Amino acid sequence: MLYTNLKHIESAAQHAGVISENENVMVICGRMGPMCIPVYEIAEELESEYPHVKFFDMEFDNPEAAVIRNLPEVQNFMGIPFTIYYKNGKVVKATSSIQTRKQVTDILNEKFGQKVNV
Amino acid sequence: MCDMNDQHYQAIVIGAGPAGLTAGIYLSRSRVKTLIINEGAVGGQMVLTHEIANYPGVEKISGYQLASVMKKQALAFGCEIRSNVEISAMELSGERKSIHLADGRQFTSDVVIIATGGRSRMLNVAGEKQFKGRGISYCATCDGDFFTGKEIVVVGGGNSALEEAVSLTKYATKVTVVHQFDHFQAFEYAVEEARSNPKIHFIMDAQIIQFNGQEKLESVDIKHTVTGAVSNLKTDGVFIFIGYAPNTESLQGVLQLNNAGEIMVNDRMETSLQGVFAAGDSIAKKYRQVTTAVGDATVAALSAAAFLHEMSRTKKAAWSN
Repeated sequence: MLYTNLKHIESAAQHAGVISENENVMVICGRMGPMCIPVYEIAEELESEYPHVKFFDMEFDNPEAAVIRNLPEVQNFMGIPFTIYYKNGKVVKATSSIQTRKQVTDILNEKFGQKVNV
Repeated sequence: MCDMNDQHYQAIVIGAGPAGLTAGIYLSRSRVKTLIINEGAVGGQMVLTHEIANYPGVEKISGYQLASVMKKQALAFGCEIRSNVEISAMELSGERKSIHLADGRQFTSDVVIIATGGRSRMLNVAGEKQFKGRGISYCATCDGDFFTGKEIVVVGGGNSALEEAVSLTKYATKVTVVHQFDHFQAFEYAVEEARSNPKIHFIMDAQIIQFNGQEKLESVDIKHTVTGAVSNLKTDGVFIFIGYAPNTESLQGVLQLNNAGEIMVNDRMETSLQGVFAAGDSIAKKYRQVTTAVGDATVAALSAAAFLHEMSRTKKAAWSN
């Protein structure tokens, strides 16, 4: 159970729906641990600044999260969270372990477009 | 004492770890208009702690949960919190302090409490950034299970390094502790526990000088500090526990710091600048615990409130004359 304010993905089917129905999606796959919590918090804060991006989390130990753990892009990852950026259903970027707000916004700006003024 | 300008606060607290949040709670409860500005996530190093069992009054709680409660308390008393921002400049020497953010915003205040805390030290050797999350980790509880059945290295010689080395033997087949000295800084119980674990091996008087690999970490180059010889050790992962560094780089030349970069304070938590106080892991002190951070911050906040009260009283007296 992830105690975040993000929308949760709980099944592979839901994951498939989310990335097919939304142009720009960020999914943070992690646990309630010290490397993951800061990334959830950053995503929560960015939701209002990037309305053109849908932000989700998914519990790393959920068997259904195999849809993320088995991605070719993460096979060398050895640190959580696995953060995956999807555009039109395709992985365009994936990062491993804790990230700063700037690292996240740099990716969002490059892959999905700049933030809006709020 | 309030300024009509929304961007002006009576007190600005830099940092939202246990010290910063405590200062926010005390100041806001004293009706001091307070803003906490935080460059990282709320909770600071406290959220790195999986379980806290020695915080008086709470039997067991995760660092994240304790941070969440402290944040809720601060907000309930009217404290404002802006986290995950980047501070570009601080002007602390004048009567009115100002904090500039990289996004162009500026906030001013009558007093500032520095509670910037510390961060895990990095080795700062070639390949460290490249392989973070691809074999290099700073959190055993987070990433230990990725190394099940593998051979790994732990760097460090303090309590954290040896305790985490023991913990990582749940997953790894072999743990090699690399330490730069011929003796450990850890308490004897931690040394004994590590030494008696058959999966743990030791390379003393040695430092990692390079991380090697392609897509993920494959080996490390180790320099033996006595002989100068360099050897290569194949490994699947490296966990680094070499202590903490204070987050005070931006305060060099601004506040009086000691040789370790820690802020010098007196018993009222006053720094070398009038109206600037400090608390928590960024100050010069021996023991760094959540409880000591909370204690420092309580003193800093009460001292800051007294300073504001005196400032207000002096101004009123000047007006009445």
